Amino acid sequence: MSEMIIRPRKGWINIDWAELYRYRELLFFLTWRDILVRYKQTVLGVAWSVLQPVFMMVIFTVIFGRLAKIDSEGLPYAVYVYAGLLPWTFFSNAVSLSGLSLVNQQALLTKIYFPRLFVPTSIVGAGLVDLAISFLVYGVILAVYGIVPSAGIMWLPLLVVLTVLATLGFGYTLAALTVSYRDFRFLVPFMMQAMMYISPVVYPVTLVPERYHWLLALNPMTGIIGAFRSAVLGTPWNPTTLIVSTLVTLVLFVFGLFFFRRTERRFADIA
Amino acid sequence: MNQGILVVNGLGKSYRLGLREQQANTFRDLLASWARAPLQRLRRLGEHDIAAEDAFWALKDVSFSVQPGEVVGIIGRNGAGKSTLLKILSRITEPTEGEVRLRGRVSSLLEVGTGFHPELTGRENIFLNGSILGMSRVEIRSKFDQIVAFSEIEKFLDTPVKRYSSGMYVRLAFAVAAHLEPEILIVDEVLAVGDIEFQKKCLGKMGEVAREGRTVIIVSHNMSAIQALCERAILLRTGRVVEDGRTPEVVRSYLKFLEKGASSAFVDNPERKSSGSVMLTGANMLDDQGFPISHPVSGQPLIFQFDYLNKNGTKQIDVVMTLFNHLGTAVSNFSTRVHGVRLSIDDSGSFYCAIPKLPLPMGDYRLAVALQVNGQNIDLIPNVLVFSVTVGDFFSTGLMPDIQYSTALIEHKWETTKEHIVASVTDGSL
Repeated sequence: MSEMIIRPRKGWINIDWAELYRYRELLFFLTWRDILVRYKQTVLGVAWSVLQPVFMMVIFTVIFGRLAKIDSEGLPYAVYVYAGLLPWTFFSNAVSLSGLSLVNQQALLTKIYFPRLFVPTSIVGAGLVDLAISFLVYGVILAVYGIVPSAGIMWLPLLVVLTVLATLGFGYTLAALTVSYRDFRFLVPFMMQAMMYISPVVYPVTLVPERYHWLLALNPMTGIIGAFRSAVLGTPWNPTTLIVSTLVTLVLFVFGLFFFRRTERRFADIA
Repeated sequence: MNQGILVVNGLGKSYRLGLREQQANTFRDLLASWARAPLQRLRRLGEHDIAAEDAFWALKDVSFSVQPGEVVGIIGRNGAGKSTLLKILSRITEPTEGEVRLRGRVSSLLEVGTGFHPELTGRENIFLNGSILGMSRVEIRSKFDQIVAFSEIEKFLDTPVKRYSSGMYVRLAFAVAAHLEPEILIVDEVLAVGDIEFQKKCLGKMGEVAREGRTVIIVSHNMSAIQALCERAILLRTGRVVEDGRTPEVVRSYLKFLEKGASSAFVDNPERKSSGSVMLTGANMLDDQGFPISHPVSGQPLIFQFDYLNKNGTKQIDVVMTLFNHLGTAVSNFSTRVHGVRLSIDDSGSFYCAIPKLPLPMGDYRLAVALQVNGQNIDLIPNVLVFSVTVGDFFSTGLMPDIQYSTALIEHKWETTKEHIVASVTDGSL
């Protein structure tokens, strides 16, 4: 017979992969709930996930493309900026929502046990649906501009995985911090706005002198956004930023996981 | 070593006193306290090593073991540690010391409808809630029809639950929970919801679960439910087990303890919830001459007197009282609202409530009272009076019915002709 022991634990706690696997259906249901709930009682429904990046694309194209005339490596600015908005919108929405997820699910946390990691994870999972829809829209935009994606597009799935890891890393850390310190409620939206401007969403990273690239790449989205463009549009790859950002992402993901686990046992007491 | 299906050994849980005040609640406080005492701060963040003097033990040295198939009731006053114990057993919070060994699949129901989402439909919520409670998709699908039938909400299956009445909501939520098949079931106070008919159905279902040989741990304030369901009860007081044994004996000593507690109903009463604006300062029982009495008599008039102190110039209050019998069952509710009145109050004074003919059989009772302004409780004392009713001549015959089968005494009359009985009802001679 299976025996479970409940006893106090100290310090850093291991990830219980077996348990996560046992509860895998719950992750599915929580993700499914987050998708269902997101657009209930909205008039436009899922169209919002399309409209948001498209609006941004139009605004940025007018301001940065037409007025500021920012370089877009020889491509139409709209196409160029949308390739950056794809991972960015996913990242910033999912990080903001998963940061708040534990606080929003407080009622659940104090009433029943399940792997707490699923709360922010399900948010990120639900965001993937929006990302997929945005990709379809991008396909249409590319077709309109008559641009054929480069062969590098085969790397896209890997890049999406990398984006998800970066998002989870931020999401886990911020979710755990927000439970203890509600300041992060206010800090995160501001942080996301600031991060967008230090990420090469509206400009190419080549706008910055090359010797600072590694510094910019400490922001994981720098490498990821650049790589998205190289994969889809065939702009030159930037190995420095991609490698640095990948390493930072992995470190951040592992840190997020363990930091979350470490704080997790206090959630119900302080939530 | 003990062979129980659930073995609790030396379990303790402490909270830091003033946790909310002392702990940095905002990031700024955290930074500030880091700046002040970096080393101390780091040490404290590292572990919660709680110094003995500023720790509050919600639970301490709790040990017991439950055999497979046992149904155990956990009783005790508010703050005795019942909820903390349940939360540890359900893995919601971690103990500070000691351990629990569980040999079997555990399900805990600390609330009905955990994880229900108001925007989702009944159907969607059955799947979501079932999954949160630990059922697999296949299991939910196979029990879906039973759950729907049990909940009696077939017609509203595709309506968002936010449009449900509270009764429907609870029925659906309980229906899902009732179809769990754990080896160990941990239940909190959930029986205290829903309409009476449905409560009975749930109690029946619970009893069924117990008879199937499942192990059940129930926390409840409802002594009738505990007595009906559990053969064994554990009494907690200030975080410790004070009695563990057969239910009737444990319930009796709990009630005896409650009585003792009533003498201090107004001072340092942990059960009291007071806003401090209008406060009760005393309560007495009077006879029909206005003289204080300690033991009211069945069939005699009884007057409750309450003294108050009004600190913020409140003009009018509503009063609600509930009378409980020795089993913790609510016998009757008294309210100014049903009379369409509000009591006008001064800075201090008394108000009264009279019962013309006390319809209670001999026994022990507890009175709970709440003062309200705009429907909000401003002073709530669940044990304002604890008293024994003495035998009296309620029916003016010198005889009493079997009190074993009576919760209340009800005036009645017997006749063999319809005309006579109808006449006695209409002319008021009854």
